[in-house]
Amino acid sequence: MSATAPLSCKPGDYKSDIKPIWCPGCGDYHVLMALTRAFAALGLPPEQIAVVSGIGCSSRIPAYTSCYGFHGVHGRSLAVAAGLKIVRPDLTVVVTSGDGDGYSIGGNHFLHACRRNVDLTYVVMDNHIYGMTKGQPSPTTEPDFDTALTPGGTGVRPFNPLVVALASGANFVARAYSGNPHDTASLLVEAVRHPGFSFVEVLSPCVTYRPDQRAWKERVHSAPVSATDDAARAARRLMTDDGFNLGVLYRGNRLPYQPTAVAVTSDLAEFEKGFEI
Amino acid sequence: MSEAANVRPVTSIAAFYAIAYEMETDAVERYKVLADQMQTHNNGELVLIFLDLARAEGLHAEEIRRMAGELGVESKSGPIGSWRSESPEAADLSAAHYLMTPRDALLMALAGEERAVAFYTGLAAAATDPEIRKLAEEFIAEETEHVELCHRLLRRYPPAGAERYEDPDPPLAGD
Repeated sequence: MSATAPLSCKPGDYKSDIKPIWCPGCGDYHVLMALTRAFAALGLPPEQIAVVSGIGCSSRIPAYTSCYGFHGVHGRSLAVAAGLKIVRPDLTVVVTSGDGDGYSIGGNHFLHACRRNVDLTYVVMDNHIYGMTKGQPSPTTEPDFDTALTPGGTGVRPFNPLVVALASGANFVARAYSGNPHDTASLLVEAVRHPGFSFVEVLSPCVTYRPDQRAWKERVHSAPVSATDDAARAARRLMTDDGFNLGVLYRGNRLPYQPTAVAVTSDLAEFEKGFEI
Repeated sequence: MSEAANVRPVTSIAAFYAIAYEMETDAVERYKVLADQMQTHNNGELVLIFLDLARAEGLHAEEIRRMAGELGVESKSGPIGSWRSESPEAADLSAAHYLMTPRDALLMALAGEERAVAFYTGLAAAATDPEIRKLAEEFIAEETEHVELCHRLLRRYPPAGAERYEDPDPPLAGD
C-alpha cells in the first residue's frame, strides 16, 4: 500500500453517482458499503485506488465507486490488476470478483496470482451460483443443489477457494460475511495493508437464486483461533473448517513480487542486443 | 448477542455522543441504500418511505451533533464504527425485497428502533458515571418515541395478502 497522509474522506466520497442494480437483499450492497468504509479508514484519496473486476453481479462494483475502475474481461481481472500494480506500484489495487468469474473462468489466473504474490487485494463475493446468468451452478455450488438446470445436483465436489489460495501462495487469507459490513470493512483494511496477494472471500448471499442463503446469517461465526503465519497449520484448519469461520485465517511473510523497473531505450539496435543468442 | 454486549465500554460523554452519532449516520446510509434499491426496482411507495426514514435519522444525527457541541461527534475509531459488530440500530439490508410493502419497511425500522432502546438500556445499566447514565436514559426516551411512532404508522398499513408478493414475471426463470 502506498504511504499516504490520512485524509478526511467519508465512505460516501468513494461512491459514484451510479445506483447499483443488484436485487434488493443482495449481499453485494453490503460489500460495497464495507469497501467504501475501508477506503475511508485507510485514508486514501479515490484517485490513489483502482478497483478492477471481471464479469458478473459482483464485478459491477468498479462503476459504483469514484475510484479508478476497470470492468474487464470475464475471469481476467487478476491479469489486468497485476499488470496495473506492476507499472503503477503507487496505486492501491483492489480486485472484485465472484465465484464464477474468479474460480471457474478465472481459475487459472487465481492460482498464478496467488503464486506471484503481487501486492493486490482480491475480494471474491461467493454466493455459490452464477446469479447474473440466472442460476447455473458455480465451482462452489453444493453437489446436491437441485434445480431444473441441474436435476439432482451436479454431484461434483465444490472447490475450496481458501485452501487453494493458501496452497498456491497467497500471503493473506481471510473470510468475511457480507451481512457484517463493519467486520468486513475492518478485514478489508487489514487485507489492503498486508503486503503481497491478499485474498478475502466474502460470503455474499444471492437472495434471488439462493434464498436459502439468508440462513448464513445464523451460521457464520468468528474463527475460534487467531490467524497463523504457519501455512501447514493454516492448511489443516482450513481443510477442516465448516466454511463459516470468519476472520483472518492466514497471514504470511512472503515479500511481494515487484520487478525493478528497467530503463527503456529508444535505440532499436540497443534493444535488439537484449535478444541476441 | 445482546445489545449491551455490542458496544465498547463508554467511558466519557464524548465517546457516548460519538457512538450515538455513528448509529444514526449508519442508519441514514442504510435507508438511502434501500431507497436507491426501491427506485431501481420501481417500488416508488417504498422510495418515499425509506427517504423519510433516512431524513428522520439524519435529523436525529444533527440533534446529537448539536447536543455534543464542542465535544464533537467524530469517533476516534474512524469511519468503520465504534461497536464490536454491527450498529445496534442497523436496518437489515439482506431482508429487503423488490416486492416489499410499506408495512415490511416499517417493521424493519421498528426492529432497529427496538434494538436501539435495548442498546441504550444496556448502556444505562452498565454506566458508573451518573452523567452517562442520565444521557443514556434520555436516549432511551427518544428511541422509545421512535418505537411508538413506528407502531402508530404500522396501523395505517395492515398486513398485505399473499397476492401482494406475487410477480407474474419473476426474475427466477432458470427453467
